[in-house]
Amino acid sequence: MCTWIVERTPVDGSAKGPNGWFELNQANVYYDHPYHAPLDHALIIDFVETPDQVGNRVAVELSEAAARRLVASILAALESGEEGHPTRVEVSAATA
Amino acid sequence: MTYRSIMAEEITYRGHEAEQIQAYLARPLGDGPFGSVIVIHHMPGWDAGIMEITRKFAHFGYNAIAPNLYTRFGTGDADEVAAVARAAGGTPDATFVGDMAGAADYLRMMPAANGKVGVIGFCSGGRHAVLAASHLPDLDAAVDCWGGRVIAAPDQLDERHPVAPFDLTPQLNVPLLGIFGNDDRSPTPEQVDQHEAELKKHGKTYEFHRYDGAGHGFFSVNRPAYRPEQATEAWGEVFTWFGRYLSA
Repeated sequence: MCTWIVERTPVDGSAKGPNGWFELNQANVYYDHPYHAPLDHALIIDFVETPDQVGNRVAVELSEAAARRLVASILAALESGEEGHPTRVEVSAATA
Repeated sequence: MTYRSIMAEEITYRGHEAEQIQAYLARPLGDGPFGSVIVIHHMPGWDAGIMEITRKFAHFGYNAIAPNLYTRFGTGDADEVAAVARAAGGTPDATFVGDMAGAADYLRMMPAANGKVGVIGFCSGGRHAVLAASHLPDLDAAVDCWGGRVIAAPDQLDERHPVAPFDLTPQLNVPLLGIFGNDDRSPTPEQVDQHEAELKKHGKTYEFHRYDGAGHGFFSVNRPAYRPEQATEAWGEVFTWFGRYLSA
């Protein structure tokens, strides 16, 4: 906390903000004081279109427990999705 | 003395390299002369909380200015600008010091000013307050409220923040008040001890006040960290300190 440590991750996809859908290019992830959530510290994710200027952004401020649940949910969803849908590698192998 | 009538407004002033810096100014409506305080915001930015504190100083008879340290990162809602500033790695320390020098000059030139200027910062702003006091010897008082990374390991320094304020202790010549919660993890009580020992070693004028049952950011009335008893007592120390060093 109180640091400039930010995990910057390139992301592909879309997000919907007040001005509608926009192209996602980066997610900035950090654990620090939130701007809005009534927490002392929060896991904050800024999904942004343009990392170096004010622009389209979707922000979330999560409690630590919520963030960990979200991570587990994302992994579980990915896993079940992989089971339910052929992955690119499998399609490629089947085609070959 | 308190002032029920105050004026608060957004202004700009000349900061580092004469760039125009956005700031929130609050002042008592009276003849003065008034001491002045620079209020440094925390990492989430130039928010409503820092403006409330700025008005508090005006209520208690100080001209107070809260510069927007993220002025250069864009315009818009404070949280949007803060997000950009954070992703970019924040304001470089050298730029910050220039912005503080400009804020102090602005305050000294105000008509009802007595010429004395103090600085107070919270959280990352506490580190900033120590940094400003170390580089600007014509300041008259400084208050560090639980500033994290006053002491920093080499891997916690970077191009924008190349020196830990702790390492500037020999050149600090501004009376320093420190307010800390004993449950804080940034700074830890051990780091506060280390900082105090360094101040003592170099014969600096300082007072450190530590509070049991309080952690980081215990002045924040809208957060679970708020500790009303400790905060009330510590605010008393802040006003005693500024009363001692910022009076005409």
